[in-house]
Amino acid sequence: MVELWDIYAWPTIVIAFYVILIVAPLLGAVAYLTLAERKVIGWMQLRKGPNVVGPFGLLQPMADGIKLFFKETIVPASANRAMFYLAPIVTFVLSLIAWAVIPFDAGLVLSNINVGILYLFAISSLGVYGIIMAGWSSNSKYAFFGALRSAAQMISYEVSMGFVIITVLMFVGSLNLSDIVEAQSGGFWNWHFFGILFPMFIIFFISTLAETNRAPFDLPEAEAELVSGYNVEYSAMTFAMFFLGEYANMILMAAMTSILFLGGWMAPVDMAPFNWVPGPIWFALKIASCLFVFLWIRATFPRYRYDQLMRLGWKVFLPFSLLWVVVVGGWLIVMDKVPGS
Amino acid sequence: MIVQALAFYMFSFVAVAAGVLVIAARNPVHSVLFLILAFFNAAGLFVLMGAEFLAMVLVIVYVGAVAVLFLFVVMMLDINFVELRRGVLQYLPIGALIGILLLVELLVVLGGWVVIPQAASNAAAPIPPLDQVTNTQAIGRIIYTDYFYLFQAAGLILLVAMIGAIVLTLRKRPGVRRQKIADQLDRKASDAIEIVKVTTGSGI
Repeated sequence: MVELWDIYAWPTIVIAFYVILIVAPLLGAVAYLTLAERKVIGWMQLRKGPNVVGPFGLLQPMADGIKLFFKETIVPASANRAMFYLAPIVTFVLSLIAWAVIPFDAGLVLSNINVGILYLFAISSLGVYGIIMAGWSSNSKYAFFGALRSAAQMISYEVSMGFVIITVLMFVGSLNLSDIVEAQSGGFWNWHFFGILFPMFIIFFISTLAETNRAPFDLPEAEAELVSGYNVEYSAMTFAMFFLGEYANMILMAAMTSILFLGGWMAPVDMAPFNWVPGPIWFALKIASCLFVFLWIRATFPRYRYDQLMRLGWKVFLPFSLLWVVVVGGWLIVMDKVPGS
Repeated sequence: MIVQALAFYMFSFVAVAAGVLVIAARNPVHSVLFLILAFFNAAGLFVLMGAEFLAMVLVIVYVGAVAVLFLFVVMMLDINFVELRRGVLQYLPIGALIGILLLVELLVVLGGWVVIPQAASNAAAPIPPLDQVTNTQAIGRIIYTDYFYLFQAAGLILLVAMIGAIVLTLRKRPGVRRQKIADQLDRKASDAIEIVKVTTGSGI
């Protein structure tokens, strides 16, 4: 009995505690990302954004959350009930479980698995299921169109994301996320952002925009044509779960960008005032800057046309990233920097 | 250990049950979703065996890409379920015959199955040893050395299949106006805009 407690029960309690330690700040970040989005876009458009609820509108996310919580969940009469309820759950859960492998500092990671980056890639490629299930089970034209667009778009951009991840792997020689960050230690000039991987950073960032269905690739929810896309039939908490899932995915993609290209938890310069600041703070700052660019792009760029979106993915990004895999491979051999040799 | 055994039985039971439901489900979309569940449980079995690379690649390739395309196609089919079930009795004998034939073939193959005597010792001491390299590196070393030509041949087969699919579906339709990005980028302001001085009251 004591053995059962020591080997199974106690570690489970500890892990559950860690999970809460990760998920609670994440959900807080999601809530305030929605506020930040409205504020930032407001300022860019010479408006004030939410400023009534609480000082500077700081309590607005709470008000939105409470409002959604007290609304009624409506299920369309001809919907496929089981899948209609399953879809938001899938979206929300997938956006949370990916955080299990994100390293916040040296050794500060819930599950330090050897194939961390593949795990993240697998989880992000599953995100399409929540959307496509929502679109199909709603039994509505607009929702279905949105879902089909989203599925095609996410599959297209995943291909070039895969090649970007391969070039980073060729530099690091490991699939472990902590190793990828450690390979960029020493100072900001060692980050993958600077150097031969810079074009891959651009491709990765634009692909994450497409992967999270953000502007200028937000065709799945193009308000003008599709009302609101795949989630048009959802209300109250089911809608809120899609919303939370999408924003958590944005934060996750920003975290992936920071880990792969911006040195994760590393300080930009390994010197006195900078390395006093703890790693998680640097990590959060990098995520926040990526997210700011997400919002900036939303306020700046018009929406892509669908055929242009497909052209960009298949005819521009895919050949270029394929070429860059070869270029990086040749560069590593010429400079004698092949890891593990 | 007991938790691992329980996990094994759970994964394998759910995988088999999902496999049965793939053919038993009435709605084809549910069938594809059960197929995805089966893939997930197979990935879980790989993780239990310590082959985490294979597990992740299974999820990425099959669940993340192949099954999405299945779902994509199946959702767009307009299927009349009453129509579909009408012919069941008519096709049952031939279906059963093919099923029995496949089962017999499987039994014949499995009956003549011989495991080489060194298998157990090979599995006990893998090369390279797994405490020195991760299983990703181990599988890479084997694929890119011993089985390099087979690996390349598999790639070529996939390439041929891809070219074949494109050749089968590519049609040249006359009269389609396509966007030529290069032409658009070639245009200069002087080609498109003419600045005219207009005196008041005269028009152009």
